[in-house]
Amino acid sequence: MALLELQGIAKHFGAIEALKGVDLSIQAGEVVGLMGDNGAGKSTLVRVIAGNFRPSEGEIRIEGQTKHFHKPVDARAEGIEVVYQDLALCDNLTAAANVFLGREMKRRIGPIKILDYAAMYARVAELFSELKSETRPRDLVRQMSGGQRQAVAIARTRLSDARIVLMDEPTAAISVRQVAEVLGLIRRLRDKGIAVVLISHRMPDVFAVSDRVVVMRRGTKVADKSVNQTSPEEVTGLITGAIHTA
Amino acid sequence: MTTNLPTRPFQSSVAIEDITGLKERSLGQRLLASQPFWVTIALIIMCAVMTWDQPDAFASADNFYNITRNFAFIGIMAVGMTAVILTGGIDLSVGSLMGLVGVVCGLVLQAGYHWAAAVLAGLFAGGAAGAVNGLLIAYVGLPAFVVTLGMLSVARSLAIVLSENKMIYEFGPWGDTFNALGGGSVLGIANPVWTLLVLALVFGFVFNATAWGNYLYAIGSNENAARLTGVPVRRIKLQAYIVSGLTAALASVLIVGWQGSAINALGQGYELRVIASTVIGGADLMGGQGSAYGAVVGAALIEVIRNSLLMAGVDSNWQGAFVGLFIVLAVLLQRIRGKRSA
Repeated sequence: MALLELQGIAKHFGAIEALKGVDLSIQAGEVVGLMGDNGAGKSTLVRVIAGNFRPSEGEIRIEGQTKHFHKPVDARAEGIEVVYQDLALCDNLTAAANVFLGREMKRRIGPIKILDYAAMYARVAELFSELKSETRPRDLVRQMSGGQRQAVAIARTRLSDARIVLMDEPTAAISVRQVAEVLGLIRRLRDKGIAVVLISHRMPDVFAVSDRVVVMRRGTKVADKSVNQTSPEEVTGLITGAIHTA
Repeated sequence: MTTNLPTRPFQSSVAIEDITGLKERSLGQRLLASQPFWVTIALIIMCAVMTWDQPDAFASADNFYNITRNFAFIGIMAVGMTAVILTGGIDLSVGSLMGLVGVVCGLVLQAGYHWAAAVLAGLFAGGAAGAVNGLLIAYVGLPAFVVTLGMLSVARSLAIVLSENKMIYEFGPWGDTFNALGGGSVLGIANPVWTLLVLALVFGFVFNATAWGNYLYAIGSNENAARLTGVPVRRIKLQAYIVSGLTAALASVLIVGWQGSAINALGQGYELRVIASTVIGGADLMGGQGSAYGAVVGAALIEVIRNSLLMAGVDSNWQGAFVGLFIVLAVLLQRIRGKRSA
């Protein structure tokens, strides 16, 4: 049974049809590259999955059960986490404080609850070594490289034991060395049985790490192929519309 | 063809656990990079120079008593203001709130009520005004600058109306007890100074060790991120403005007691001195940076500058120029440090 299944998802904004009958199924431990030109419907699709938008038509099923997400919190309760393009990090806080933001570990001293820094540093250090990222829990995020910042945002999804991680352009605007680092992080998530949806414009990154490539054009899914059975050239053609369907 | 390249795959000599366990900077390095530390140094140097220059006047017990009491009022408000500034907001209404709270306390005492009733009424007035600020800023989404500027005007006007533009000095049967709160001293140190000390310790703890304090920094650093990760942004902001209103009220209760009278012009222009204290103490007006200790030491520095100029016989009209200079210098210092650490 698929971990996440979308059936006939459509989304209208007034007269604009952002999504038209999209079907998609994702297995646990699968990395799916989601590609398409600007305005193809990638972001809308991701927002439907993440609970930001309610679909106008269609069904979302998780392990076979139909779900209705009214708010992002509902999706998060089902183990769906989003790593936003701007990462939603607080620059003035440490890596550990960012990972635990909104769900801090606390210790009780008499009537007051105080933050348990030692436990949080230890847990975050554990998460980073699990991700094999050389990121220090006590560093301020402001001083970190793009790859390390991604690691902080990804560690946050690990903390909540997410089953599906949606990543919005994680490799845009970072250096080549850091791209390798981030792709490594994605593989580590996959090895833990987490499904990753990778939204990206960068063809080499998608082909390096994905099991499957899904191409969107004008609100419909035009291709859904294993990376072994397609090529960057074909995907480019599908994105631009030079090739109609595959 | 042979190569000299090692055949063994590259192996890192340090384990990841070694790195993730590292502290970013040692305590000493962190101290050197902190604004309150340098302001403390400046404060100590200034006191040392004045002690050497005027051992009888400056370094006397009387002068110490005066200086500490004078900056205690500003310091108390600066600690509350820090909560607001950490979220990236600002509270321009604290000076006017002092006037309003002072008049409220004076009227309650004049009517013959218990001193505790006067204190509670004052704190309630300050907290309520802070809540109005907070609701408009956090829930309606108006800019903090505009809302608190409005409150600056409204609170001052209310103070004048309530007091019928008269000084209130007949404090009734409980007046003496009330006056002893702000005017008295324990162990040779003025009560407002003790209040400031307790407040600074409490808020130093709250800012650093509680989730609430952590959220203030998070909101000031990236409000959107805080909201996305489930921080109750609106509630925390509302509470920050209530805290600021309450500390302004507390300072007002103490200053009215010390002066033994309530005038509606009390606290005029204090908002700028309070904000200056927090900024000199390392608070960033963009949010996310600042500390309770910084606010206190900033207030102390301003008062010592004022006092020193007075003792050195400089025309008191020059005080504003010197204080202004220090504000700009403090921000400049912050900018330079910020560039280095970025």
